[in-house]
Amino acid sequence: MNEKYIEVRNISKHFGKVKAVDDISIEIKEGEFFSLLGPSGCGKTTLLRLLAGFEYPTKGDLLIDGIDVTALPPNKRPTNMVFQNYAIFPHINVVKNIQFGLRKLGLTKAENDQRVEEVLSLVKLEGYEERYSNQLSGGQRQRVALARALVRRPKVLLLDEPLGALDKKLRDEMQLELRNLQKSIGITFVFVTHDQEEAISMSDRVAVMNEGKIQQLSQPNELYKNPNNIFVSDFIGETNFLNGKTNEKHGDKIDVAIESLGNFKVDNRLNISANTSDIVCSIRPEAMMISREVQSDWDISLPASIKQTSYYGEMTRFYVEVKGIDQVLTVSSQHFDNQSFQTGECFVSIGLEDIALLEKK
Amino acid sequence: MEQKNNSLLVYTIFYFLFLYIPVLFLPLFSFNDSNYMSFPLSGFTFRHYEDMWSKTPVFRALWVSVKVGVIASVVSTVIALMAAKAFTKYKFIGSRVSYAAVLLPFLIPEIILAVSLIVIWLSLGFKLGLVPVTIGHILFCTPFCMLILVSRIEGFDSSLEEASRDLGENAWGTFWKVSFPLYLPGIIASLLLGFIISFDEFILAFFLSGSDPTLPMYMWNQLRFIKKLPHVLALGAIIIVATTFVVLLAYWLMNLGQAKEKDFKI
Amino acid sequence: MWRYINKLYARSDNVKAYTLLTPALIFFFCVMLTPMLLTIAFSFFTQINMNEIDYSFTTDRYVEFFNKPLLTSLLFKSVKISFIVTFVTLLTAYPVAYYIAFYVKKNKTLWLILMSLPFWTSYLLRIFSWKIILGTKGVINSGLITLGLISEPLTFIMYSQTAVVITLSHAWAAFALLPLYVSLDKIDYSLIEASRDLGNSRLETFWRVTFPLSLPGVIGAILIIFIPTVGDYVTPQMVGGVDGRMLSYMIQSYFGKVNNIPMGAVSAVIMLAAVASITMIVSYATKKLTQRVA
Repeated sequence: MNEKYIEVRNISKHFGKVKAVDDISIEIKEGEFFSLLGPSGCGKTTLLRLLAGFEYPTKGDLLIDGIDVTALPPNKRPTNMVFQNYAIFPHINVVKNIQFGLRKLGLTKAENDQRVEEVLSLVKLEGYEERYSNQLSGGQRQRVALARALVRRPKVLLLDEPLGALDKKLRDEMQLELRNLQKSIGITFVFVTHDQEEAISMSDRVAVMNEGKIQQLSQPNELYKNPNNIFVSDFIGETNFLNGKTNEKHGDKIDVAIESLGNFKVDNRLNISANTSDIVCSIRPEAMMISREVQSDWDISLPASIKQTSYYGEMTRFYVEVKGIDQVLTVSSQHFDNQSFQTGECFVSIGLEDIALLEKK
Repeated sequence: MEQKNNSLLVYTIFYFLFLYIPVLFLPLFSFNDSNYMSFPLSGFTFRHYEDMWSKTPVFRALWVSVKVGVIASVVSTVIALMAAKAFTKYKFIGSRVSYAAVLLPFLIPEIILAVSLIVIWLSLGFKLGLVPVTIGHILFCTPFCMLILVSRIEGFDSSLEEASRDLGENAWGTFWKVSFPLYLPGIIASLLLGFIISFDEFILAFFLSGSDPTLPMYMWNQLRFIKKLPHVLALGAIIIVATTFVVLLAYWLMNLGQAKEKDFKI
Repeated sequence: MWRYINKLYARSDNVKAYTLLTPALIFFFCVMLTPMLLTIAFSFFTQINMNEIDYSFTTDRYVEFFNKPLLTSLLFKSVKISFIVTFVTLLTAYPVAYYIAFYVKKNKTLWLILMSLPFWTSYLLRIFSWKIILGTKGVINSGLITLGLISEPLTFIMYSQTAVVITLSHAWAAFALLPLYVSLDKIDYSLIEASRDLGNSRLETFWRVTFPLSLPGVIGAILIIFIPTVGDYVTPQMVGGVDGRMLSYMIQSYFGKVNNIPMGAVSAVIMLAAVASITMIVSYATKKLTQRVA
């Protein structure tokens, strides 16, 4: 396996004064399912379009499989794209859409037909050959777009929020299907999405982007458990932020004074220096426990009162006000149904190992 | 979106020069102190304008054109507004055919419209004159007025009218209190452009008007006489300037209150 | 009874729509359809003398039309000139519409006004300006003489078919620009990117995607240029001379000084039939051709 199949070297893309992509370097492995994740306007789509060749970088170089493609036009690149709106040509039918990009590959008629047949069965579109774009559902269009790109056997498949237009159930199905497809054909996927669940559930690695820069690049579970900064912690999943400051260091632990709650010794994974005043402690809602009685075997157990609850089926979310701090925390739990536990006094318990220390910027 | 294409830009600029320069020769030679429209230019003068000003047939023809134009544009706008409302608000059987029928006069050689109108008018035993000209102009202006009004009406959320009905207004009250004020810029644009079309129209007037010439017919009749050309140039220059002004005003009205560029269609 | 009608009215969009359409449709039937049908009827009658028409059915006028070489050659010339005009106008306007649709980002409204403004300025004056330019003592000749490039006026430009073609192509430019622009502007840009992504060069993308998708505009432009120009009267009269004379000239004479209404009606009907059939064939062929390319 080639560890540096795609090399993005110090790429910047400026639109006038706006730095859509700001000095990004990434290496993507062969056969990897790689996601670019971020809010709209973070530069993820621009980066994808730079890979496809629709935009050319202001600075930096781009290599795919060891070949410098920085200045190559899109039709000369070993990449193919699945567009956000699918971009199915409305004036030709499904099979002609799929054959559209084959003409230039110099295949024989038999090879051509075989490829089309293969890809049609791969995306389960047999029987739809003669249909036109306006006779297809959203999911079918998505499959045509996928087939049209895959039939050229690109080295890299670029996907620009391909599931965004589908309803939730179909999206979940397609996520699974896309993941299996990628594993079975082994083509490198670069997948752009703003949906963190999608990125986390499908990808081998995820790059979280914001304001043209990469905030964190790691495996999905790392992103969730060990975010590098407030942005990632806030963007991936739900969390509660408590302000504080650091005191003395003790090896890989550090003393933290959390506002109005007291002093605690917690993990210092990011190696934050002692006596930093602007510190944020991130605690996930599901890491906390809510109960009627004080939990003495937990590191922290705080008296609180329930302000509101919302029931989600697989879990219940509590919005609680902790005594002494002027802040509402979100706590989620799978063990309560909302009938018996809706209002009143309670205790919120936290384990020190679940406190992630982040620097405010 | 594409970045840049200089050769296409240069071509586009030349194309627009080709489009605009010929018409500009009219005002240019209207100030030229000569009876011939040729180079070299022989000096600046207002005398063609004075010449034009002193001719009473010009004003008679102008009055005829204004009369016909006002009636034609008002009637076409009313017809077109009703039709536009029908096409934008309702889905009905035969809507495509009806739409084509209303637009058809725009797609048929004018000379054939003119000839057919002569045939029916004379068969009915009437005399040619300004009445058939006005009727012909209404027929010819209605498609344009309807396209203008459809694009205006389409730009509005029908929920505004629904809200009015919901708040207790009847259909008539809703039209006057909500729809009409919203459509007003479009209606005025339709009146202005309808007037311009009628004012500039030549063929129908030429075939149907008999002895009462409209302004374009007056100009046409003068073109045969070389000596009379210069004052036609002066008249033409004034018409071009006035028309451009009115059209720009209409465009401004059409875009009023809707910033979207795609609404800018005729 | 009244309540029943009222209920019916409230329920039916058809009734409401046609109520609003009544004036437009009455106008269409009385001022357009009936007169045209009557004209077709007249084409089967015979003019006896100045004021008398024989109303018995005959197809002699059609036979007469096709037996007069003057008329058939004028018809042929009308169609030929319009055909060239349509082609030239489309070809020259397409790049402009393309540029404005795909490259212009700022001040699009300004460009749109520029495209459509000539559309509204007096047709007669637009044609007249070409008389000034192309005439024997016109802008081109007097300009070239003043510059010393020629000593005698060039006579071949004015009063010819060429003059008619140039003038009409200019006069109808806006009618090509607008539909072309509208159809090009509608094209989803990601389709063009998809084609590039699938290995096509810019030129191939144009032929396989952009042009086929702009066909509604192309066909629209063909319709609104070809049909009216076949019947154009002003331009051939003003700049065409004898060489540039078109069928409209004869129609006008039959209804004017010659006073043979049935013969004029025959000419008009044949003109309409010719344009209608040719337009349909051209639109169909254009569509088929591009389907093969794509």
